[in-house]
Amino acid sequence: MAPPRSYYWSRRVFLTLLTGFVLVPVYVMVSSSLKPLADVSGEFRWLPSELTIRPYIDIWSTIPLARYFVNSLIVAGAATVCSVVIAVFAAYAVSRHNFRGKRVFTVTVLSTQMFPGILFLLPLFLIYVNIGNATGIALFGSRGGLILTYLTFSLPFSIWMLIGYLDSVPRDLDEAAMVDGCGPLGALFRVVVPAAIPGIVAVAVYAFMTAWGEVLFASVMTNDTTRTLAVGLQGYSTLNNVYWNQIMAASLVVSVPVVAGFLLLQRYLVTGLTAGAVK
Amino acid sequence: MTTAAPAEAAPHKNASGSAEQTPRFRRPGRIRRIALPYLLLLPALILELLVHLVPMVIGIVMSFKELTQFYIRDWGTAPWTGLSNYQVSVDFDAPVGEALLHSFFVTIAFTLLSVGLCWLIGTAAAIYMQDTFRGRGLLRALFLVPYALPVYAAVITWVFMFQHDNGLVNHVLHDQLGITDKPSFWLIGDNSFVALLVVSVWKGWPFAFLIVMAGLQNIPKEQYEAAALDGAGMWQQIRRITLPSLRPVNQVLVLVLFLWTFNDFNTPYVLFGRTAPQAADLISVHIYQASFVTWNFGTGSAMSVLLLLFLLVVTGVYLLLTSRGRKTADV
Repeated sequence: MAPPRSYYWSRRVFLTLLTGFVLVPVYVMVSSSLKPLADVSGEFRWLPSELTIRPYIDIWSTIPLARYFVNSLIVAGAATVCSVVIAVFAAYAVSRHNFRGKRVFTVTVLSTQMFPGILFLLPLFLIYVNIGNATGIALFGSRGGLILTYLTFSLPFSIWMLIGYLDSVPRDLDEAAMVDGCGPLGALFRVVVPAAIPGIVAVAVYAFMTAWGEVLFASVMTNDTTRTLAVGLQGYSTLNNVYWNQIMAASLVVSVPVVAGFLLLQRYLVTGLTAGAVK
Repeated sequence: MTTAAPAEAAPHKNASGSAEQTPRFRRPGRIRRIALPYLLLLPALILELLVHLVPMVIGIVMSFKELTQFYIRDWGTAPWTGLSNYQVSVDFDAPVGEALLHSFFVTIAFTLLSVGLCWLIGTAAAIYMQDTFRGRGLLRALFLVPYALPVYAAVITWVFMFQHDNGLVNHVLHDQLGITDKPSFWLIGDNSFVALLVVSVWKGWPFAFLIVMAGLQNIPKEQYEAAALDGAGMWQQIRRITLPSLRPVNQVLVLVLFLWTFNDFNTPYVLFGRTAPQAADLISVHIYQASFVTWNFGTGSAMSVLLLLFLLVVTGVYLLLTSRGRKTADV
């Protein structure tokens, strides 16, 4: 059943255009990061007048990029670990047990996914300010506060996706483990978790990516010392100059870890997403 | 070693009722077993309460108060104003309500266009890349890059490309192709809607691609073979087999894309800053601006609650429609 010529022809045109659309910004990012400042300040050129790695050296001193990097790493890492661990327990309970309130719980979790972040920003902002005033615990502006707020996105999605994924892990597996003498938690850790690794990896990748890229909460809830990359990169535009070459270099540096990780783990994300979505 | 629950499995309040069936374990761990699901849920429940329910209740309370910058430090003391925040928000003849309504329509138009295009491009790409050809793996990885890039890094690159004087877009459109007679402004004025849409589609379509690609794997090969034997051409196969089989996947995909796009804050915020141009004034940024730029948290909260109600209704109707469609399809 050889497809008709028109199919191949249209495919070639479509995929070529799409590749161009996808690649142009990536090319701009890479090529501009290797240009001298004069090149990115004037009229756009496709090719650099001279190649320089200067921007990659300067990015670290123009702004405290390393500190922002560490902040992002701590915040995104902690948010990921928390949401994955908590979601595994919750999803296991929903997937394997019958209990009163199960439906209410799943519906609540599902519906919190639709809430706009802005809805939580105002109240959380006020709660943090008030807790700070009342107890002196500085949640506002602290990494801990930011981690907590990031769970607003990653937790419901993680639970929802993991329920779908755990449902696809055969029940016989953990029942067999329990017959062999494992308790429910033993079965969870020895059998279910290993079998659900693709789903867990998918959730972790997703949680990390959203936290790494989040701008809204980061821009309101951080201060000079806890600023994350999302907000920190704005520091390359000063009153006098916009260091576009450095901005592009820094963007590349902060993107490489997540893009590489994502491309390595994307097949888990696909399995996890469909198990969660199609059921 | 048949202990059913961990050591800390003290009986939980909610554990009463709910009879568990199988008396497989002889040990007195019955109560523990009933309590187990609640214990497993406990961390999630506490966090959901902390990050979702409490803020939501507070948000609703805030929307009934006159919460200007004077009361931020101690918002509990802000005076009650009843429904006036809502009245201001929906008084479409007055400036605040008018701006909100405008922002709402901009968001709807933007969301429909963006979701439609993302779905279309993603589906087309996934179908075209179903069979193997040289370079397919590389292309697939490449297509996922926009999705994997952190929002701000990707959007900042677009900001650079949309610059008036030193941007690629004007360079190509004006200098190289001569399509426009003078360099355009992309991040202010009416063009900003186009700019926002392009960036949103560029960033969003790979997600549709990813999901549809996974959905395609579940369609049995035999269906195509049978159709081919019956003389169905490639296009017919796509229309008669591929698209209908993707329906359950698409239903979830479109809903998720809709909610994400509708609520998107990151893209417009990085593209335009704290105040978006009129033509691209998405609702999230609008509420942000009402709250954190003009410092009127009360009105901002009322707007958030209205937005939430709208999303609840839309999602409810959507779920109702799609589940009914599914039922009739099964019959």
